[in-house]
Amino acid sequence: MSQQYPKQYLYKRVVQAKLFIDEQFSEKIDLDNIADEAWFSKFHFIRLFKTMYGNTPHQYLIKVRIENAKELLQKGISAADTCFAVGFDSIPSFTALFKKYTKLSPSVYQQQFKERQEQIQKVPLQFIPNCFAEEKGWTKK
Amino acid sequence: MITKLNHVSVFVLNQDSAYEFYVNKLGFKVHTDAAMGPGMRWLTVCPPDQPELEISLMAIEDGMMFKNGAAAQMKELVKKGTFGFGVFECHDLNATYEELKEKGVVFKKPPTKEFYGYEALFVDDSGNWFSLGEKK
Repeated sequence: MSQQYPKQYLYKRVVQAKLFIDEQFSEKIDLDNIADEAWFSKFHFIRLFKTMYGNTPHQYLIKVRIENAKELLQKGISAADTCFAVGFDSIPSFTALFKKYTKLSPSVYQQQFKERQEQIQKVPLQFIPNCFAEEKGWTKK
Repeated sequence: MITKLNHVSVFVLNQDSAYEFYVNKLGFKVHTDAAMGPGMRWLTVCPPDQPELEISLMAIEDGMMFKNGAAAQMKELVKKGTFGFGVFECHDLNATYEELKEKGVVFKKPPTKEFYGYEALFVDDSGNWFSLGEKK
């Protein structure tokens, strides 16, 4: 793979595009513009991005939005507010995509996360292999 | 028959700083973050595509694990870069190298063709080093 794109600037352009998505995911991102800014044809940009990151820019943007949605849901933000905060403009499409990636609806994900956190607080030793807990002296408390 | 590795420990000098490095720079996900009493914390992270492997970011502190001054010795060894803890994988080494460098990750070896493959070495915030290679 490394031999196919020997020129460092190619990497830097695509890396910059990826970092742009990482930072600006909540905005309306026009992937055509990103390809333009990276000085590639759209086709070449998508092909190179997929080679480097295993996803097309669009797939990657969705993944980043879903990952950030998970973090907001973990903080107790409502599913509707999360949807718009991470850059989706339709709650049904956000819910469908979230379910596709996580196998859970946003509200069920949030509820399960909350219950797990409560359980961690209540009985943390259930989440730690006993050998480590013993070494740390946590089992005697 | 052993079938899987599900926990591995990396000894770190400071868990807050390790959290910043592994989560915010490497992009790992927090698996479990549990307060275990004053100054004690069980913190595990996992690579984004490997949620079943918990990397325990283990604070080096005096206690049952490190007795009779062993914690201070261990800290010195970690700081000196004695320990290489594993090999990570990415889709494209050059791209990942550029991105991590941009985020401030220190590399002790840039992407280099070796007889066994294409590899770079980076160092975490404590001094532990890791190999980074491409998915084959």
